[in-house]
Amino acid sequence: MTLFIEQCLNGLQFGLLLFLLAAGLTLVFGIMDLVNLAHGSLYMIGAYFAATFAAWTGSFVLGALLALAATLLVGMAVEVIAMRRLYGRDHLDHVLGTFGLILFFDEAVRLIWGPEGLSLPLPPWLNTPVQILPGFQYSAYRLAIIVVTLAVAGFLYVLVMRTRIGMLIRAGASNREMVGALGVNIKLLYTLVFGLGAALAGLAGLMQAPILTVQIGMGENILIIAFVITVIGGIGSIRGAFIAALLVGFVDTLGRAFFPDLLRLVLSPNAAATAAPALSSMLIYLVMAIVLVVRPEGLFPAVRK
Amino acid sequence: MSGALTIRNSVVFVLLAALALLPLYVGLGGNIFVLTLFTRIVILAMAAVSLNLILGYGGMMSFGHAAYLGIGGYAVGILAHEGIYSGFAQWPVALFASALFALVIGALSLRTRGVYFIMITLAFAQMAYYIVAGLARYGGDDGLTIYKRSQFFEPVNLSNKVQFYYLCLTLLFGATYLVYRLVNSRFGMVIQGARSNELRMRAIGFPTYRYRLVCFVIAGTLCGLAGALLGNHTDFVSPSMMYWTRSGDLIIMVVLGGMGSVVGPLIGAVALLVLEELLSGITEYWQIILGPLLLLVVLFARGGIDGLLAKAGAKGQP
Amino acid sequence: MSEPLLQVENLAKRFDGIVATDDLALTVAAGELHAIIGPNGAGKTTLISQLGGQLTPDSGHIRFDGHDITALPMYRRSRLGLARSFQITSLFLDLSVLDNVALAVQAHTGHSFRFWRNARAEAELREPARAALERVGLGARADLPASVLSHGEHRLIELAMALVGNPRMLLLDEPMAGLGPEESARMVEMLRALKKELTILLIEHDMEAVFALADRITVLVYGRVIATGAPAEIRSNAAVREAYLGEAEAEGTGHG
Repeated sequence: MTLFIEQCLNGLQFGLLLFLLAAGLTLVFGIMDLVNLAHGSLYMIGAYFAATFAAWTGSFVLGALLALAATLLVGMAVEVIAMRRLYGRDHLDHVLGTFGLILFFDEAVRLIWGPEGLSLPLPPWLNTPVQILPGFQYSAYRLAIIVVTLAVAGFLYVLVMRTRIGMLIRAGASNREMVGALGVNIKLLYTLVFGLGAALAGLAGLMQAPILTVQIGMGENILIIAFVITVIGGIGSIRGAFIAALLVGFVDTLGRAFFPDLLRLVLSPNAAATAAPALSSMLIYLVMAIVLVVRPEGLFPAVRK
Repeated sequence: MSGALTIRNSVVFVLLAALALLPLYVGLGGNIFVLTLFTRIVILAMAAVSLNLILGYGGMMSFGHAAYLGIGGYAVGILAHEGIYSGFAQWPVALFASALFALVIGALSLRTRGVYFIMITLAFAQMAYYIVAGLARYGGDDGLTIYKRSQFFEPVNLSNKVQFYYLCLTLLFGATYLVYRLVNSRFGMVIQGARSNELRMRAIGFPTYRYRLVCFVIAGTLCGLAGALLGNHTDFVSPSMMYWTRSGDLIIMVVLGGMGSVVGPLIGAVALLVLEELLSGITEYWQIILGPLLLLVVLFARGGIDGLLAKAGAKGQP
Repeated sequence: MSEPLLQVENLAKRFDGIVATDDLALTVAAGELHAIIGPNGAGKTTLISQLGGQLTPDSGHIRFDGHDITALPMYRRSRLGLARSFQITSLFLDLSVLDNVALAVQAHTGHSFRFWRNARAEAELREPARAALERVGLGARADLPASVLSHGEHRLIELAMALVGNPRMLLLDEPMAGLGPEESARMVEMLRALKKELTILLIEHDMEAVFALADRITVLVYGRVIATGAPAEIRSNAAVREAYLGEAEAEGTGHG
């Protein structure tokens, strides 16, 4: 039973992390109509910055904050230098151009940090188990991730729904020309939105770093999942991204943990052992396929599209 | 493709002739490595030509085309692993498996458009990657060595580098010609019309979904054949053949070469892979150059090399 | 000839609370040119989209030539003999003019799962396409890319494409839209000639053209029919004057 609770919490934590990533992707698409394949690269850069800054400053938290700021800056720089020229173009152009950026970033990281990858160790105060329920302990760090991501989700909600900037973001989403005509500096708005998306990606990257990995190519791996989430949730919809991310987080985590056992009930141990890894990986794509058949536009599509 | 003596047609002709005569050059004392490199180029060119059918002519931005390279390759690899070396068994399986995969994925994906379509094809192809990587019996992540190439009748011997090169080249030319006839046929007109204005096509009376699906399956099957060739060429298959960034490579070839003609992708494959070879000789960090270069092509030379050649020719004419 | 060619009953369509089509009834007799007029926002394009199959009504029935086509997909209506042109020109701009019209021909000649023969060399497709283009006066421009033609010529290509299937009835959504005086006159003559050969349902703002061509006029306001009848009746109908013609007289007749 505790295993089940633990896996549920892991699923929640994974889902929330994915939400950060997907939210950035869908925000940029919803506001600027931009497909950004290099979103995963920003995720990777966040992790690399965090590992480096934490090593320099000796503090995990300080390293994380510096990494966040650095990723934000990189994001804004990318927007000004490259993304601006892609607005309004065919989506294929976005795909190709940002794919080129992936190549560039992967190689740049390899140039600066070498091909080996880095590690980001946790400080002792985070690397301890915490008692949540009698007889059940859970990693403090994973709890911290849950808390931080929920806080960020809350912040995003407040930002988009209740502030003037959020109103501009939503207005931009529905009527670009109008917002521009109102004298709002659309260029600056877009830069900030893109920067926000980058920061979200970077945050996700640096938070998962101590648990999973800091290596070249990590962006490409996770980008697919972000896409699956966006398809399931509906492009341009942050609420959709949230629900879909949690769904994907649970299905993937619980699936990998318990699906092999389920298989063993129906298949021979040999067959189950062979099929399990492959089928577990497939689960989230099956969910996506089902959603596509039932509701091709996603579960909570943004009204505009 | 007009027959006029333009700069563009001349370049294409020279390229095709060079490809045909390459083994002679190698035989006359050239480096055997060149033959190996160009066999790979020819195979990937075939994959790119098949992608252009749906991407350039059909307007279907599939980001999962590399999956078929993997399916074709693994069909050969798995059967070889199980002791079935006959090409007459392996290759039909490669084609059939590719067609089936394309049919299922296409049926689901073609209900969507634009960005959704890109993401969905990408995700499904990645799913195939994970499935294959999970097959421990066939090497999983490490891949699978092929100890014996596909066997056909004597005197056909795929281990003979020159023979194998000419086989690949013939199949490339055949595939290119097939695509040429397809896009100019009635079927091709429907596909092109659907790319140009899908709503209008439906309004004038075409059930576009089924035509696009057939097109999607044809493209996937052709690429599966390229996959079977690739497996034979490298004597090895691994899930990385199908990783989604390989689909990106194929798209680069198509766009770099030019989407507007059937030989564009061929030009693109040659250009990209030769460029990679040259650049990697200069620096191991060549992708740092390739990345921004791609962005520049997208921004300023959207018609690809083919387009640039056509413009160059037009300038010289009244 | 008792059964009308087109019969619409109780047609209704809402968009998020806005009633675009409100319990609409309409009949079009075979051989007539029936015009639909009404102020902006009256739901004219919504109506024609439901007739053409681009939109599905929420309720009501549409019968064409005896068939219930209410939920029939677009491409089937075309094959039944009901063709539509679009208000906003919707062509295959990256293909040639002839290619555009030939595609319309192709839609009506058997299936298109032919993979080998060069479609551009098929007389079965090219001849009727050229003929249709001649009919609308664009014969000389057939081999140019569609993108280089003027807006007025695009409207004519639209018309040619609608004509190739030898439809029994044409749904024309503002064929004069964006045309200058000379091109408008040309279009009116074209429609006058076509009137003799097929049934036409026409949405238009150009009152001069409407009153010159129409056998009957239906007036739409807020998705409802407020009057139907011969041009003279409509001209003198008080409700219509109030709701609409007053506006139009202030605007003037030519537009483009």
